[in-house]
Amino acid sequence: MKTEQKEHILDILDKGSRFDGRKFDEMRPVEVTYDISPNAEGSALVKIGNTEVMAGVKMSIEQPYPDTPENGNLSVNVELLPLSNPSFEPGPPSIDAIELARVIDRGIRESGCIDVKSLCIEPGKKVWTVFVDVCSINDDGNLKDAASLAAIAAIKNARFPEVVDGEVNYKKKTDKSVPLNGVPIEVTIVKLGNHFLVDPCPEEENVAEARLTLASLEDGTLCALQKGGQQPLTTEQIDKMIELSVTKAAELRSKL
Amino acid sequence: MAYEKRFDGRAFEDTREIDAKAGVVKNADGSAWFKIGKTEAIAAVYGPREIYPRFKQNAKEGVLQCFYNMMPFSGMGDRVRPGGNRRSKEISMVITNALKPALDLSEYPNSAIDVFIELPKTDAGSRCASICAAAIALADAGIPMKDVVSAVAVGIVDGTVLVDLDYAEEAFEGEVADIPIAVIPSTGELTLLQMDGRISKDNLIKALELGKQVSLKISEVQKKALKEVYEVQNEN
Amino acid sequence: MSSEIIAKEKDIVVPGEVLAVGMDFLPSNGTYRNGDKIMASTVGLVNIKGKVIKLIPLRGKYNPKVGDTVIGKVSDILFSGWKVDIGCTNDAVLPLQEASSDYIQRGADLTMYFDLGDYITCKITNVTSQKLIDISANGPGLRKLGTGRLMNVSCNKVPRIIGKQGSMVNTIKEHTGSKIIVGQNGVVWVKNEDPVKELLTAQAIKMIEDNAHTPGLTDKVTSFLSR
Repeated sequence: MKTEQKEHILDILDKGSRFDGRKFDEMRPVEVTYDISPNAEGSALVKIGNTEVMAGVKMSIEQPYPDTPENGNLSVNVELLPLSNPSFEPGPPSIDAIELARVIDRGIRESGCIDVKSLCIEPGKKVWTVFVDVCSINDDGNLKDAASLAAIAAIKNARFPEVVDGEVNYKKKTDKSVPLNGVPIEVTIVKLGNHFLVDPCPEEENVAEARLTLASLEDGTLCALQKGGQQPLTTEQIDKMIELSVTKAAELRSKL
Repeated sequence: MAYEKRFDGRAFEDTREIDAKAGVVKNADGSAWFKIGKTEAIAAVYGPREIYPRFKQNAKEGVLQCFYNMMPFSGMGDRVRPGGNRRSKEISMVITNALKPALDLSEYPNSAIDVFIELPKTDAGSRCASICAAAIALADAGIPMKDVVSAVAVGIVDGTVLVDLDYAEEAFEGEVADIPIAVIPSTGELTLLQMDGRISKDNLIKALELGKQVSLKISEVQKKALKEVYEVQNEN
Repeated sequence: MSSEIIAKEKDIVVPGEVLAVGMDFLPSNGTYRNGDKIMASTVGLVNIKGKVIKLIPLRGKYNPKVGDTVIGKVSDILFSGWKVDIGCTNDAVLPLQEASSDYIQRGADLTMYFDLGDYITCKITNVTSQKLIDISANGPGLRKLGTGRLMNVSCNKVPRIIGKQGSMVNTIKEHTGSKIIVGQNGVVWVKNEDPVKELLTAQAIKMIEDNAHTPGLTDKVTSFLSR
């Protein structure tokens, strides 16, 4: 990244402001809309400023893995659609899309918020597989937090379809939702100079020195971490970033 | 017994509810959202820009490339595996061919005009909705064109000629023909013509004439969407 | 046969709309003739001058023209020059001899003059039919840009942002004390030591972009900046 642009962004931060005028710990307006795709078992649209992401949940009955005969399956996939950013290309998922999907997957899976045993219909034979697909519509920075919020919102919104004689009848949804014990929320903090920022705009994202994506639960338990960016972080810095992330996670959780 | 009353109570020459909006994807050079019944399409145009792979470039005019994609959760029933399939490739091709004749790309030699079409929810008529959205998006991107292409399905269900078949009608057990068409409204020329099913020549011509009339109504919705972008700002 | 103009001056029209009927009128930019009709081919504002009907485009990417001053980003360093991304399909070429008033030795380290990612103001000196573009960075006001805020606005709105003889951009400069450079390609560079004022400047420019087709723009901008 060119130093001139980074210098300029840093200069603004050093003067106590941000590129788009926000406070360091201020998110852009967050908006969650449910049921945007009625054919999905659950769906949601998340907007953070001009960043826009859709997520949908599909459920199907499948055979469990032999080593976990009583566990249902969760699968998270992220599509960074070429529609949402001129630099995204059609074709197989980019490394960014794969990383993003895996971090969201870990946040949900490791939080234990979905009891995979509850997705079992018949041990060893039939379990529910929950597919969560996240699609970016417009990338105006911080796709990560928008994507993970959309994923959990779509899961919250999902209702199991009716099952008739062991076959899924997708035309009819039951009122049974996916049992959730806890809502993991991911918040990414970026480091620029001596500053820690939430919800970076593209200009800040492009010149960030390091980032930490962090999923946390209501009680502050951390359930997924991913450090990114070129520069190392000290434990003191990580401490600050965690504190900021957990505070912001509560704010985002209240939008659901 | 002939098909006398439609499952959803529409008149035979009525489409499902239509709505459209331009400028929905802020990053894009042009974009649009188009809805018909429970089918929705979002289209974003990027370009003219560098073409990739380079051998596709044309020194005389720009190259239009459309990409149709159903979101994995958009359809009834099973998840659509991401990454495209034979169906999406064919539809991408026919959409490109449906839009191209209306465009004037001579100002854009060696360039690509990429149109990405995403369907967050689908019922029936997704390729027609895609064409309608893409045509608005191309106009919104400032690409010169003769007219904004409109598209709708026409067809026959149990002997009755009608427009915009819904999912139940497509699945009707009996004589059904589903004919998606695209029209350049001001000339009445067809740029897309496909058919699934069986139909007599007379009924086909009847259906196409009906489709041309209906496309004029769709065209009004598309053009209104393009103008509304500026009206909204006027109120501010 | 009688001729008639259907569209009114400053109407916003979209492709396929009939602007005039009859052979007495001539189609110009953004319009085409279809039989006895003149029709719109782009989204634009109607402009009628005598018998000539044209559209002032509201949308579309930058179309390079000789003599335009643009802001571009260095995208490649060649043997004897640079490639510069000015928002067109092909990157513009900045030859060695057009880079500076100094003599640059062949084989010199070109990054000393312009490095990858640098933004420069430059002038378009040649455009071929295949839209290959030559530029020069040697001339008054043409140079490498220092630190500052870069914005992308629609190139169609650039005339409004500049205003008549620079009146609009001067109004913003006076109110904010910002430095502003507007490229015809829609890239705008803004700099102010006070980040709040710099943001205000950027917001004012964005406001002009969003309201470029509306009347009373200067008043709107002045009242926005005085708030």
